[in-house]
Amino acid sequence: MVAFLTPQMAIILDTKNLCKTFGAVTAAHEVSAAIEKDSVVGLIGTNGAGKTTFINMITGYIKPDKGTIEYDGHDITRLPPREIMRLGISRSFQVPQLYGSLGVFDNMMVGLGIVLSNAGLGGYFSRGSALVPGYGRPAEEVAEHLLGRFGLLEYRDRNAQVLPGGARKLLDIALTMVARPRILLLDEPTSGVSAQEKFGIMQMVLDAVRAEGTTVLFVEHDMEVVSRFAQRVLAFYDGRIIVDAPPQQALDDPEVRRYVSGRRDPVERTSA
Amino acid sequence: MKIVNVTHGSFYALGAYAGASLTGAWLARGYPPALSYAVLLVAALGITLVFAPLIERGILRFMYAKDEAVILLITYALFLVLEDVIKLIWGVNPYFIAEPYALLGSFQVAGMAYPTYNLILIALAVIFGGGLAWLLNSTRVGKLLRAVIHDPEVSRAMGVNVGRYYLVTFTIGSLLAALAGSFTAPTVSVVPGLGVEIIVLSFAVVVIGGLGSLPGAALGAVIVGVVRSFSVHYLPAVELFVIYFVMAAVLAVRPRGLFSLEEPRKI
Amino acid sequence: MKRDRTPLFIALVFLFVISFGFLLPQWAMFIVTIAIARGLVALGLMLLLRAGLVSFGQALYYCLGAYAAGALGRFFGLSDIYVQMLAGGALAAGFAFVLGFLLARYRGIFFGLLSLALSMILYGLLVKNEALGSTDGFNILPSALFGTRPEAGWVRYAVMASAAVVALLAALLVHRYLNTPLGRLAPAIKDNEIRVEYMGASARRAVHVKYVIAAALAGIGGALAATTVGHIDPEMAYWTTSGEFIFIAILAGTRNVLAPFAGALLYGVIHTTAYDLSPNTWQMSLGISLLLLIVFLPEGLWSLFSRLRWR
Repeated sequence: MVAFLTPQMAIILDTKNLCKTFGAVTAAHEVSAAIEKDSVVGLIGTNGAGKTTFINMITGYIKPDKGTIEYDGHDITRLPPREIMRLGISRSFQVPQLYGSLGVFDNMMVGLGIVLSNAGLGGYFSRGSALVPGYGRPAEEVAEHLLGRFGLLEYRDRNAQVLPGGARKLLDIALTMVARPRILLLDEPTSGVSAQEKFGIMQMVLDAVRAEGTTVLFVEHDMEVVSRFAQRVLAFYDGRIIVDAPPQQALDDPEVRRYVSGRRDPVERTSA
Repeated sequence: MKIVNVTHGSFYALGAYAGASLTGAWLARGYPPALSYAVLLVAALGITLVFAPLIERGILRFMYAKDEAVILLITYALFLVLEDVIKLIWGVNPYFIAEPYALLGSFQVAGMAYPTYNLILIALAVIFGGGLAWLLNSTRVGKLLRAVIHDPEVSRAMGVNVGRYYLVTFTIGSLLAALAGSFTAPTVSVVPGLGVEIIVLSFAVVVIGGLGSLPGAALGAVIVGVVRSFSVHYLPAVELFVIYFVMAAVLAVRPRGLFSLEEPRKI
Repeated sequence: MKRDRTPLFIALVFLFVISFGFLLPQWAMFIVTIAIARGLVALGLMLLLRAGLVSFGQALYYCLGAYAAGALGRFFGLSDIYVQMLAGGALAAGFAFVLGFLLARYRGIFFGLLSLALSMILYGLLVKNEALGSTDGFNILPSALFGTRPEAGWVRYAVMASAAVVALLAALLVHRYLNTPLGRLAPAIKDNEIRVEYMGASARRAVHVKYVIAAALAGIGGALAATTVGHIDPEMAYWTTSGEFIFIAILAGTRNVLAPFAGALLYGVIHTTAYDLSPNTWQMSLGISLLLLIVFLPEGLWSLFSRLRWR
């Protein structure tokens, strides 16, 4: 599951010198990272190290005090979340954000509806089934397709609020895919998921997502998941990126071991 | 308590009616007028102890789990019911008991006569406002109350009798409304519909001050009172809606009120 | 996919009213017309309720619509029914467009109270306004239709039929709206507004649109009510009027566009009966009924209907 990084890969997301403080807390200090297209990047670090702040700044939930964020050539630093989303960056949440009283299928349809209306389709005066941009098929088909990819078809008609934890996570991530994003930010995709399921879920998510040609950044606390699925690791500590390297190198790094993983011995490399 | 309580206005009206009728009866019997203030107090207390537990235990208790909008509608429905209950008990004719007010006369302030009775109202507000603040911040009971309001489930898990706290909170809140009504009764004619105007006005005060903030409510009340008096004096035409204008202005600048508590992190 | 039969029902119901309505006695025509007027307001309320917003001040637009209709007659000598409804709806929509910039930012109690406050402001202004009759209000000119004044016996029918035409259009249009992607956004906004924003939609814009639509419907309803009753006064902006609309909307539920009209009809009947029986306890009856509804029929009348269907 490891792809080698080539120097010629295009940069799709470039953050430069991001700084953010909340009162006395420095959540980000000169955070710079250039993300290559189609890569899978793991973000690690202890709680409060600044990983979620990093994601929140990229997605527009908070604005950095200093620094810029460039996406595909556009400066998106000051844009609101929904603008950024429309440009092709999606995120999932630590705590799954679902439409509780709606069924799973309807959750997807709401999302697809938004995508359609953003594209000026399926509106008041339209006739029949509009084709969802990025997928080229009607909304109902796309919903079925995505639910299938994430293994959620059995929950199709259940209300989102009664889903078990793992399914909620998957739905949360499935919802991010309705707009066929080019960059996907996953905030702790396997947290709250049982140890056996973690790898399975991560594999399923990455297969589903990468099939559509998406660049992925994911925040993880489980070092085994990181070493197995990430091509590159950014380690955060105290608002700074302390290490930026392929997973084996990163996890062996003494600073990472000291400030992040707490391990004394190098991490066992699990099979690809 | 995280419920939006339209019934609060009813307690104001109940307090006013109870105060007026009880004091009227007291004075008619020839008892000393000097004690009429105590009568007003007792009336407010009495009416609250009759109605508040009835409403909280009888109806509201079963509704806390419901949607915020639904609870709003429920207290609104209760308000409608109580409006007519008041009419059934006390009739539709106005009540006047000016004695407690007139008794104290007035004194001179800056060349104008200021009714002494108003000092009692101010004193009451300070005493009860301060008392409530002390209760909530400095006593064990008060802190438990805040814990229960913040998270009833966790509190229950820790062994707190949440139901009892809700009952007590509701009763105290209603008592304050009843007291306000009772002591305002001598200054106005007590008529049906008293509850309506006060509920909209007090919501404006709370919204301006910030939901959940006691000092905010105090500040809001002062602002509302002052603005209203000024407008009555200088621009009577806008008196009716200058309050709402202030409310809209405050909300435009501070969407959750002047002293609103920090919003918790959602994601 | 199930065939959507609702537009058919909508058409049937209102065409029935138009075709056979003249057979009804005058008092029944009055009730039906008022029910349509109130139903329009409740329909707008329903749009907002679906998004989780309770407007305690729809009476604002109802009253604006009524006074627009009245002003047309009083100052311009116009009393054409359709022009009145158009003016009412337009005036209301205009105000809602401006006020919506403030209101669409709020949810929950703030939204409810601000809307209440705004309606009470109008009430206050009208009460103080001598030119418009203050608390007495004023009467409306007899209705005209496409330039001609119908004969005395036919006026009621003309108004009712016009009402039915407008309601038919409104119901069909709203039903269509509810099936568009933005129309389906309402329950999502109610459940999780953050997610809505993170999926690229503007919840505020959606609420603003719904608010304007609801206001326009209320304005049309107000103009209609004014011309049916023949008299307007500031009471139409009072909070108790808003309360009646809320009751009807809760009674109707949020499932079907025909429900508000059925609810309004039922409400009219209840109101008249309860008021005749005991005028002094009318509000209590209303309050108790509302409580019972909330506890036993939270989905409104329609849930009864659909429960019967599956038997």
